[in-house]
Amino acid sequence: MEQREQWQADGHRAYPLVRVRQLVKNYYLGHTIVPALRGVDLDVWPGELVALMGPSGSGKSTFMNLLGCLDQPTAGRYLLSGVPVDELSPNELADVRNRSIGFVFQNFNLLPWMTALENVELPLTYMQMPAEERRRRAEMALTLVGLRTRAHHRPTELSGGQQQRVAIARALVTSPTLLLADEPTGNLDSQTSVQIMGILQELNRRGLTIILVTHEADIAAYCRRQVRFRDGRVVGDTLNSEPLEARLQLTHDHDHEQEGRKVTS
Amino acid sequence: MSFLRPETGASQHATLPQPAPLERSAFLPPVHAYRRARGFSAVYQGTRSALRALRANALRSLLTSLGIIIGVGAVIMMISISEGNAAAINQRLSALNPTQLTIFPGSARGTGGVSSGLGSAQSLTLDDANAIAQLSHVTAVSPLINAQGQLVAGDQNWSTSVVGVAPPYQQIGGWQLQDGSFISQDDEDSGHTVAVLGQTVVDNLFGPGADPVGQSVRINGVPFTVIGVLAPKGTTGGRNADDVVYVPYTTARQRLSGGRSLGQIVLTADSTSNVGLVQNEVEQLLEQRHNIANPQLDDFQISNQLQVLQSVQGTNQALTILLVSVASVSLVVGGIGIMNIMLVSVTERTREIGIRIAIGARPRDVMTQFLIEALVLSILGGLIGIVLGPVGAWVLTHFTTTPFVLDPLSVLLAFGVSALVGVVFGFYPAQRAARLDPIVALRTE
Repeated sequence: MEQREQWQADGHRAYPLVRVRQLVKNYYLGHTIVPALRGVDLDVWPGELVALMGPSGSGKSTFMNLLGCLDQPTAGRYLLSGVPVDELSPNELADVRNRSIGFVFQNFNLLPWMTALENVELPLTYMQMPAEERRRRAEMALTLVGLRTRAHHRPTELSGGQQQRVAIARALVTSPTLLLADEPTGNLDSQTSVQIMGILQELNRRGLTIILVTHEADIAAYCRRQVRFRDGRVVGDTLNSEPLEARLQLTHDHDHEQEGRKVTS
Repeated sequence: MSFLRPETGASQHATLPQPAPLERSAFLPPVHAYRRARGFSAVYQGTRSALRALRANALRSLLTSLGIIIGVGAVIMMISISEGNAAAINQRLSALNPTQLTIFPGSARGTGGVSSGLGSAQSLTLDDANAIAQLSHVTAVSPLINAQGQLVAGDQNWSTSVVGVAPPYQQIGGWQLQDGSFISQDDEDSGHTVAVLGQTVVDNLFGPGADPVGQSVRINGVPFTVIGVLAPKGTTGGRNADDVVYVPYTTARQRLSGGRSLGQIVLTADSTSNVGLVQNEVEQLLEQRHNIANPQLDDFQISNQLQVLQSVQGTNQALTILLVSVASVSLVVGGIGIMNIMLVSVTERTREIGIRIAIGARPRDVMTQFLIEALVLSILGGLIGIVLGPVGAWVLTHFTTTPFVLDPLSVLLAFGVSALVGVVFGFYPAQRAARLDPIVALRTE
């Protein structure tokens, strides 16, 4: 874990962004207890790009929901930037989701009757930001994902990749410290998937911590760290010394467009 | 430095994003701390997004509001019609003096017996009237005889009611004199053939604007001298109060009614609150004077105008309450309609609620959103009802004789109730939305 040691040496980054200890989550089906997480320990350090992998039912989605403060653990600790999230009130949790966490979903989850710009503005309305500043920030976020010119289009008028970019802009607009992406490329073709991974990698390069769930090894290959789940436990935590670079692939793919759009090995 | 593009990249990719350069390494500048104060701006935002959501389902929103539209419209219409009725009745009753009591001779037993007996029995005497005048709280007493008279002056003639009264009647009837004077005690005592004419009678016999005081008029062939002209009271509820002639009671009895006994005795109490008291006193006095032990066998009947007034107004009030409660039922039904649609809406928009919670809406924010939507539905319905209700009432007054009355208070009340309906029936669906589990909500298709 030489990367972690280096961060710790930096001093100001000595504390993990996400610290999870013995996290347990049980679901109740009638009187039967269904354990989804059986004690997970994990630290995610600022600036990491982590892929959570595992078969369905392995607990990775449950873990994401807990990380995203959408759900409360049955037992265990979850510190986000040192804050014990498991002790927060519903309103405080809402504020954490609003300010500290950005969500990107597999099926984009944009509100169809709103324009791209209004969708991106939505998180800001919940922090009571004045309309003018809200609009300016939303435009900046859309510019960041390259969709400034599509600001007044509705989601149905955008391609899947564009919709996901709007969703990323919405996740970024409050300047969160953590971006959670649940199968962000699950509904996209491979070419578009590489573009989305390119955006995520670029954001990560600029300092954003990203945790994404995927069951595709192709996508995980873009991430420096890969955490494997099985039966509610972490069974593997490996560093990928040479993650794929989406931007190189995109240009590579462009140069060899005649040979097809295959972008992953 | 462009985004996602290596230095080596020579050509443009069609779908590659081209963002503007950013300061330093941050992806977006940090957000300042905002107070999460819920005030006017939150309500404004909520109303805007509610209007938008309702417009997206315009037909459904209209149908939902229809219950409130009809409810509010009906309540306003019913109140308007009832008040129009009340105004019409009050106008008709304004001629009544609430402190006035009238004593009719004859038995009160049996409705048929009353109508034939009233005024025909010879049970009331002038001494009765004088005795009543001695009672406390009685301000004026006058015997009264009604007769039909044919009046002739010069070549004009006019048929009207001639009423024999004593001098206090001027006060009882509330009459002002335009010219001359009213019947005096001397006229009364001596049985002078003098007459006081109402304005209508003067107009018909002497022409409008004439001053007939001192002139002679023949009533049923008997010559009378005109001593006064009454100031006009105008038409009250279809009856022309000015079409009347007053003569001294004794004169009427001797010369016009053929020696008949006293017709009625009219008196006034000093205040409306003493009317009942005076009525009891009079009843006891007359029973004593007529030697009647059993009140059932009274040979007179006292009519109390205050009672008439109160009973008519009470009936009208009861009618208003009935109509308004029927209309209110439709308001409640409208509210249930709103609740129904809001529940459907919450179910349909479960996913939207999940998204909003995921990006940082507090439960309160979700609750407010749906509450405002219900409120907007009911208030819009209420506003349309406020327009339609008075229009309906106005159209109805064209088919009836009642005047159109619109009480601004009823409009305000109906509007307030419609807003209340929105809050009450919107509360449960909104609460349900706020309590949704975001994970389940996000998984909903």
